[in-house]
Amino acid sequence: MNVLEQKIRHAAEEGWPALIPFLTAGFPDRSRFWPTLVELDEAGAAVIEIGVPFSDPVADGPVVEEASRRALADGITLRGIMKELLERKGLLKAGLVLMGYLNPFLQYGFEKLADDAAAAGVNGFIIPDMPFEESASLRGMLGKRGIALISLVGPNTGEARMRLYAAGSEGYVYVTSVMGTTGERNALAPQAADALRRARAVFSLPLALGFGLREPSQLEGFPEDARPDAVVFGSALLRHLDSGGSAAEFLRRWR
Amino acid sequence: MKNSYFGEFGGCFVPELLMPPLLEVEAAMRRLLPAAEFQAELDDLLRNFAGRPTPLTYCPALSGNLGFHLWLKREDLLHTGAHKINNTLGQALLAKKMGKTALVAETGAGQHGVATAAAAARLGMKCDIYMGSEDVARQAPNVMRMKLLGAEVHAVESGTRTLKDAINEALRAWISSQESTHYCFGTAAGPHPFPTLVREFQSVIGRETRARFLEKTGGLPDAVVACVGGGSNAIGLFYPFLEETSVRIIGVEAAGTGEPGCFNSAPLNLGAPGVLHGNYTMLLQNRDGQIEPSHSISAGLDYPGVGPEHARLHKTGRVRYGMVKDANALAAFHRLCRAEGILPALESSHALAYVLDHPADFAPGSAVVVNLSGRGDKDMGIVAASGDSGICAVRTAECRENGMQHFKRNF
Repeated sequence: MNVLEQKIRHAAEEGWPALIPFLTAGFPDRSRFWPTLVELDEAGAAVIEIGVPFSDPVADGPVVEEASRRALADGITLRGIMKELLERKGLLKAGLVLMGYLNPFLQYGFEKLADDAAAAGVNGFIIPDMPFEESASLRGMLGKRGIALISLVGPNTGEARMRLYAAGSEGYVYVTSVMGTTGERNALAPQAADALRRARAVFSLPLALGFGLREPSQLEGFPEDARPDAVVFGSALLRHLDSGGSAAEFLRRWR
Repeated sequence: MKNSYFGEFGGCFVPELLMPPLLEVEAAMRRLLPAAEFQAELDDLLRNFAGRPTPLTYCPALSGNLGFHLWLKREDLLHTGAHKINNTLGQALLAKKMGKTALVAETGAGQHGVATAAAAARLGMKCDIYMGSEDVARQAPNVMRMKLLGAEVHAVESGTRTLKDAINEALRAWISSQESTHYCFGTAAGPHPFPTLVREFQSVIGRETRARFLEKTGGLPDAVVACVGGGSNAIGLFYPFLEETSVRIIGVEAAGTGEPGCFNSAPLNLGAPGVLHGNYTMLLQNRDGQIEPSHSISAGLDYPGVGPEHARLHKTGRVRYGMVKDANALAAFHRLCRAEGILPALESSHALAYVLDHPADFAPGSAVVVNLSGRGDKDMGIVAASGDSGICAVRTAECRENGMQHFKRNF
């Protein structure tokens, strides 16, 4: 069992749902990034997704895009992120996932990426612009080193396409709640529950619900058979941190 | 997904949420396009709405100076002023037959936006156009035209506020509107099946050129030349000639000002392979894989990527890709105006400039066809601002400053 799956299953037993915060690398600024990661870790994050900035983040809404733009202006690079994670390897309890667009990973070189990620203690990758059809070579290289390439599915992913993903999936499955980009929404659409039910039937991995989550009340009244194992929040957390709030306080809302 | 690659280039690098609509477009393309009924309806639109076939015009004055025969394929005479309408009518008709009721599109200079708005109005569809706020400001007449044709124009404030950001925003809009909406992509780039779909609709340029040339001269031209931004007018001209080994094919990229440290729009010559906007192709990017801003005096060529089939044709060497600077394009613009009475778009002026500036490349007495992809009415402001210097002073200064800052930051 991949370490991410273990961490999520374990956390969900301790207190549902398991929490997966997303933090853009270098956010809120260079000096506060690592302390914020530590705070999220100590406040009970099962997995932390670190956003690797890209100039053209097509699956992201305005908050994550702006964080990405700021990170690039501050000189944040994938090489820098890898170096920092390597230097601080083993200091976090949470599973670590790098989330970013394909081109920076591609220019880094897939072999080197897989080697360096393994050395730095990265457990998985999420690459929103790499659908199943384009994923075979990287999935293979990461798999050899025990690193998961996490599948992203959504309300318009039918059972047949979910089965394509299921064959090579590890870690957890990222289920997007909306037909849209990352960012907070007031209410979860009913299609989110349908997508979760479909994913539950196809995948044997934990399901993490993301895109649009802001507060626990959004999960109230969610049908029992469509409950995710974990929740991912990015934009709401970034906005909370940017307005001076603490990471621990944000996570406590979910407890 | 079948045949989504051109050699190593192309593919379909999009979020999973966009895979179902792209697969739907691919299936519709295979099912509907070859049907006689579809072809007849499209042919009617192209003839009676857009103004096809376009003439092949001989240039007597320039040919006399150059010592070889210069012909122009006159896409500038089409409705809405450029080749873009070939593609938008095709895609709008396809979308309508797929049961879609709306079109979404990106636009840079506004030519594709206007052509999409016209096709949508003609076929009774709703239309949303995404345009970088920089471009909205400097292309006001085209914004007005789109609005008059019933489109809603959304100014995009993210990133560099130009074409690449408009594409990002249009893709985002398509994610949430895909059930009712087709993304009418404007060039032969983007995720599969767009490079193939757009080529299918633009190849009418090359087919007509071939037939007309044969009719007029009894043979094939010795060379065909087109400007390359995303590359839709170029692939449209080139595709029907690819198997003809006697025909030299030349694509022309925009070199920008050509000053050291300045941005350009020449990813085939000056870029490196990578993934942007759904395809693996040649890109202007830094060593970390971040996309660089592009620059060209011609807004239609101002894009940091290029269609994947051009990347393939560049790699195999079947097509030669040259570069032309802003100033040379402007000089060619003026020369065609005076010599032949034709006012070309600054995009097409790059293709023309390559031929005018390299006469030794073409044998005496040979025949060269340049695709005049659009007319220059939209470029009056830029031409006026450039004065006698031959280049747009404001944009050059801005570009030099941005370019140097960028250079210092990244290298």
